[in-house]
Amino acid sequence: MEQPFLIVENLSLQKGNRTILNRINLAFYPGKIHALLGLNGSGKSSLAYTLMGCEGYTPTSGRILLDGKDITYTSITERARLGISLAWQEPVRFEGLPVGKYVGLGAGEPNREKVLAALEAVSLPPKSYGYRAVDQTLSGGERKRVELAALFAMRPRFAILDEPDSGIDALSIKEIARLIRQMANQSSSVLLITHRPELVEIADSASLMCFGSIIFSGSPQEATEYYRGRCEPHLSVLGSQPWQSPSDN
Amino acid sequence: MTNSTRSHAMQQQSPAWSGELQALMEAYQQAGGDPASFQTPEVATLAVSGDQVLVSHSIPGVHLHSQPIENGVRVSVVVDEGTQVKHPVHLCFGVLPSEGVQQIEADYQIGNHAQVQFLAHCSFPNAIKVEHRMNARIHIGKNASMTYIEEHYHGQNGGIEVYPVSDVVIEEGGQLTSNFNITRGRVGKLVMDYHIEAGKDSLTELVTKAFGSQDDHIRVQESIRLNGENAHSLTKTRIAVKDKAVSEVTTFTEGNAPRARGHMDCTEIVRDEAIAHNNPIVKVTHAQAQVTHEAAIGTVNRRELETLMARGLDEDEAVDLIIRAMIRG
Repeated sequence: MEQPFLIVENLSLQKGNRTILNRINLAFYPGKIHALLGLNGSGKSSLAYTLMGCEGYTPTSGRILLDGKDITYTSITERARLGISLAWQEPVRFEGLPVGKYVGLGAGEPNREKVLAALEAVSLPPKSYGYRAVDQTLSGGERKRVELAALFAMRPRFAILDEPDSGIDALSIKEIARLIRQMANQSSSVLLITHRPELVEIADSASLMCFGSIIFSGSPQEATEYYRGRCEPHLSVLGSQPWQSPSDN
Repeated sequence: MTNSTRSHAMQQQSPAWSGELQALMEAYQQAGGDPASFQTPEVATLAVSGDQVLVSHSIPGVHLHSQPIENGVRVSVVVDEGTQVKHPVHLCFGVLPSEGVQQIEADYQIGNHAQVQFLAHCSFPNAIKVEHRMNARIHIGKNASMTYIEEHYHGQNGGIEVYPVSDVVIEEGGQLTSNFNITRGRVGKLVMDYHIEAGKDSLTELVTKAFGSQDDHIRVQESIRLNGENAHSLTKTRIAVKDKAVSEVTTFTEGNAPRARGHMDCTEIVRDEAIAHNNPIVKVTHAQAQVTHEAAIGTVNRRELETLMARGLDEDEAVDLIIRAMIRG
């Protein structure tokens, strides 16, 4: 049986009096896509930033193990060089930085072919987009595609995709799904944070987060049914998540 | 050159001229210029080394005149009414020795409905004690358009003081786009002072980029008066300072007419013990005018840093990349 190469063990994160992440346990396998679902504010992005090692997201307790080695307190740069990377939900702009250069940053040298292939994969023709700047002249959807292209070119061992579908038009979701599947086929393990059913269904497994905790793990279909059966009615009737005390609202 | 009052270009093809020109062209190239343009007859060109005019080549519709003054040259550039200048006019100013003074008094007259671009490269590659003063008076006629792109190279010693001063009048429908860049090597001391009087339906865009290091001192003052209805302006300043460099940016935009619109945008990145000041001054004297400003001064944005670090760059590499892209992009 294949062993997980990345293990998240009892990971918790407190900020002041607030529990952001509560004893998260997850395991990731090469070439597999794991979807992470949950309402807004459930902690999905916080988990992504904690796994990436971002400032302000140092775990209060628990561990992150990569190939058995504890990387819980390793820097972002170090984690990236070990093969972990993140496609941000809201990609930043870089005045003056060409798209081609940005996409190739994590792809090693020489990277021209990887950059061209990545831009083609996200339907951004290299001749039109390669020399444009990653700035406000690109639409939100275009910047999102550039972000995905950067991860596609990089081929990280573990790719964290934070809502790769946000800002992408409905007609292009299938393209994004194909791209993510291709990443997994190239042996990247993918943590896919999403609300979209079309993306959840391409995953190999899924977890549901609620109020900082993983409340369910299973197949994508099971997780979706659990969410629809319990979380959605709870929110619509009581205005809160199931494990949230009404006095917290 | 038949009239000594029109031009005092050195006797061409003398050994002294050839040597000086070659050296100036090398300096020109260091500043990012293309020496081949000085051999193209369809391109108007002017090259001044110290107080010597080495090249002055006019073309139909673009008239270049020069005459000597103390420590420099008085230059007149006239673009005839209605002329659409196909190739940029190439200007090269430089001081090649380690010490010296260069004073340029320039007068630009851009005729009504004319369209012209200037590419100016100013190079002081060996400067240890050099002073360069450029006083320009610019008149842009009705519906005329002038683009002025200026690149400076000041060598690695920091021993240069540069004082670019411009007084500009833009007539109705006229456009001015100015790009001033010192992004390679040291800055030394830069004291820039631009004043623009903008008429009805005019467009003004001033972009300034500089990268200061060690004890460089950068001072930029830009003042735009939007005097005509529907006059629009944008000042965009991008400065990075590190070590013990200092930058001071003062931008002043005045909205004095209906539908006048001005915006001031300044980003300064500070590292090490450098200091950055920014003073946007807004004045509006008409109820239908609008002037806005935005400024981001200080350290590099943390999200930008983390994005690049998540691709494997360390923090220093990420900061360098962000600064280089901002300054040279």
